[in-house]
Amino acid sequence: MSETLLAHRCPNGHLHYPGHRVCPDCGVSPTGTVDLSNREGTVRTWTTNTATPPGVREPNTLAIVAFEVDGQTVQVVGQTTTDDVETGQRVRPVYVERLRDPEAGIRHRESQDWDGYRFEPVESG
Amino acid sequence: MAVAIVAANMTEFGQRESWLLELLTEAGEGCLQEMAADRTAVEHCYVSNMASGEFEGQTGVANALAAELGLVPAYTARVDQTSASGGAGIYTAWQSVASGASELTLLVGGEKMTHVSTAESTDIIASLTHDVEYKHGVTLPSFAGLTARAYLERYDAPRESLAEVAVKNHANGSLNPRAQFQETVDRETVLESPVVADPLRLYDFCPITDGSAALLFCPAEDAAEYTDEYVTVEGIAGATDSHAVHQRTEPTVMNGVVESGAHAMEQADTGPAEIDVAELHDMFTILEFLQMEGLGLAPQGRAWEQVMEGRTRRDGELPVNTSGGLKSKGHPLGATGVAQAVELYEQLTGVAGDRQVDAETGLACNVGGFGNCVTTTVLEGGR
Repeated sequence: MSETLLAHRCPNGHLHYPGHRVCPDCGVSPTGTVDLSNREGTVRTWTTNTATPPGVREPNTLAIVAFEVDGQTVQVVGQTTTDDVETGQRVRPVYVERLRDPEAGIRHRESQDWDGYRFEPVESG
Repeated sequence: MAVAIVAANMTEFGQRESWLLELLTEAGEGCLQEMAADRTAVEHCYVSNMASGEFEGQTGVANALAAELGLVPAYTARVDQTSASGGAGIYTAWQSVASGASELTLLVGGEKMTHVSTAESTDIIASLTHDVEYKHGVTLPSFAGLTARAYLERYDAPRESLAEVAVKNHANGSLNPRAQFQETVDRETVLESPVVADPLRLYDFCPITDGSAALLFCPAEDAAEYTDEYVTVEGIAGATDSHAVHQRTEPTVMNGVVESGAHAMEQADTGPAEIDVAELHDMFTILEFLQMEGLGLAPQGRAWEQVMEGRTRRDGELPVNTSGGLKSKGHPLGATGVAQAVELYEQLTGVAGDRQVDAETGLACNVGGFGNCVTTTVLEGGR
């Protein structure tokens, strides 16, 4: 469990979520992280899925959210807190302990973590 | 060494009672029956399959098939590249002959899926996603919904253009006796079907399917020994894209399609304008647009117009998915890429029956994951 949403930054300034062994843009190893959990992002696109796998809420509204950090864009995919979403909407991450039931899906429970962040619309103004 | 395909066969696609090994045996045997030589000449046998262990608890399918078909002691291997296992199998079979390692290679693709629930099947396929996607319940259909919305908004394309892909492919599938759905649908039926991944609806998605397809490869210089009608593999190339789909800068461009398509056409010394017929991986209607554009068959953001204008219909300038595509013919994961080439083989050798179009050069694009791994193949009629 970790109450952070970490984008990984390489020495050339590229930001990625999730992090990888080397930066997908330039092949250099990331050297730092940026916590996105206390920042606002913008919905780039979204969908409401009404045919979900075992252990997943139904319907399951998902969004790809873009965060701007120091002139770089990093994108995160995740559930939203509401089915009422629009492209271009401002959202902020909200921590939840369990995004889906680890016992119900095909992945082994211990093979990955199950907590994370949903995106909640931010009131404008 | 130039490589030819000298036989092609496939089972009926749909809900089948047979288990995977029986399906593979049916298509493999059908293929061997078509060639004029003893089956002991087969030196390599590959099986394209994504998830036999996950779907039915059966592993070791390649060796099992070789034994069943009487091919022992042929070399065998299973090829898994998720939904693109079939295309990857074509690549492997082509390599085996082009390298001189095998003088006769059988490729059989197949999947048995319909005995598990839609939710379980969706989960097995979704297990290919990145950890950070999987835990949110991201599925392949949800990627399609996310991408379709981005495409429609970005290019100001009407929702009806996606429906038209389904209408066209069902019309083609209605003429294919091996297709899972042999019924036409109209635009209203598509647009009024239940929402699955908004803005996409049930008829924007391919069905869950059991089935198998097979091809036989040999050096082009030997092709006449096996058959009078054959096709040649003029170009084949595979490419990958990011594992986490949301990391791609431009969601409406599939770089794996762009890379594999460009390399395959370069190898074939051809270009998009020379392609007479194409089988594209329409697992979701939106994918037909992304592949047409990624392959250069349509300008970026304009494929929807060409579909609306009828250019990709069977009687159009560039027929796409004359087989019915995954949408109507069905999508037994490991069989799909092989079945695309079966359709091209039939079109290029003039035995496609009611679906026949006038074509000398055909292209197949087989997409795994959500563009995560792609194989593009260019075939030409040999004689």
